[in-house]
Amino acid sequence: MFSPAERQRYRRHLQLAEIGEAGQLRLRQARVLVVGAGGLGCPVLQYLAAAGVGTLGLADADKVELTNLPRQILYGPDDVGQLKVEAAARALRRLNELNNYVLHPMRVSQANVRELVAQYDVVVDGSDNFPTRYLLNDACVSLGRPLVSGAIYKFEGQVSVFNYAGGPTYRCLFPEPPSAAEAPDCNTTGVLNVLPGLIGTVQATEALKVVLGLGDVLSGRLWLLDTLSFQTRTLRFRRDALQSQLNLDTANPADYIDASCTPAQVVACLSASELRQQLAAAEPPLLLDVRGPLEFQRRHLPGAVLLPLPELAARAAEVPRHRPVVVYCQSGVRSAKAVALLRGELGYDNVLSLRGGLEDYPG
Amino acid sequence: MDLTVSLFGIAREIVGQSSLTLTAPAGQSAAGLLAELRTAYPALASLRSLAVAVNNEYAAADVELHERDEIALIPPVSGG
Repeated sequence: MFSPAERQRYRRHLQLAEIGEAGQLRLRQARVLVVGAGGLGCPVLQYLAAAGVGTLGLADADKVELTNLPRQILYGPDDVGQLKVEAAARALRRLNELNNYVLHPMRVSQANVRELVAQYDVVVDGSDNFPTRYLLNDACVSLGRPLVSGAIYKFEGQVSVFNYAGGPTYRCLFPEPPSAAEAPDCNTTGVLNVLPGLIGTVQATEALKVVLGLGDVLSGRLWLLDTLSFQTRTLRFRRDALQSQLNLDTANPADYIDASCTPAQVVACLSASELRQQLAAAEPPLLLDVRGPLEFQRRHLPGAVLLPLPELAARAAEVPRHRPVVVYCQSGVRSAKAVALLRGELGYDNVLSLRGGLEDYPG
Repeated sequence: MDLTVSLFGIAREIVGQSSLTLTAPAGQSAAGLLAELRTAYPALASLRSLAVAVNNEYAAADVELHERDEIALIPPVSGG
């Protein structure tokens, strides 16, 4: 039942025969997970929160950066440096204090995706990389959840709802995960600032339709928008008997490896939480710090060995071959180069780079 | 026959224009067209997933193309 204030707040929805009190109650009972609180996630969260979706999950490991502000409209300059999920939740509570906001300040990975997705009825994908997109698809197939997918590139966007009521999945449309080289992200490619707003509000629309069981959901269809030519098209596609079966248990786990640390090379990475787990294990990896001596002096991880990247090739013999090694630096760029060198020319196979570096590894 | 192909995402970047027209043998299939384009633009060959749409329908490899078909090359995009 709704209070008089809620009745007033949601009146324009209650007045729609297609929604009414029953629909508004469905929204209040709904649990929607939004992965990525970036360009797409911001408008999705804003509209779903305002609509009264009772439980909204926010999953993102990133912190707000100044370059985010033009398109990630839940954030202001005061939020720079703060976790996106926390800054977003503050803005959303101002917008609608009645919902429950569940914060997941983590990178969605093979290790945590099942438990995360299982807590929600609908997943909205606003992530910024292919490995996460395939991971979410496969998790939604495994757990039988619809996936409201949106993605952007420069001036273009795509939206579709995958795995809805027996409909096709992301893999039916794009069976092969693109290689790292063909997957530039918004950090390296420009994007028109309103584009995620346009695409994200369409995702929010479809998420509401899924929750409310309203109209024809964008299932088995890919909606494409090109803002420059102002052309839209809707591409129909079918369920592929083989691709639609692929899930967390049957797909190739290599599809989930994030190779975005360096744009040109595929580099093996691990996340801060994965490193924490490894360090707590019986045989922890050797930590190799590839920054400069001054940076090392300011802060380094306990037990780490300093070997600055410029000296790595000459001093590689100091890196053990028969023990796992985790390489880190400040933000993950130098360590990715080090791992590419160690795994490439030097033939190491048990070396990983800490994704996001020390910046993502609170001391 | 002449075929006009609309390009999206990174396929547009590779070709350098938003659509192109090419001459193809009668009975050309979607896969045949893709192979021809990958020869003309080798960078397209590095795209592992590239959907071919014919008249706004996802085209299987053996779909036969006709003049005046509305053809589009659609790679997945990942930005968020």
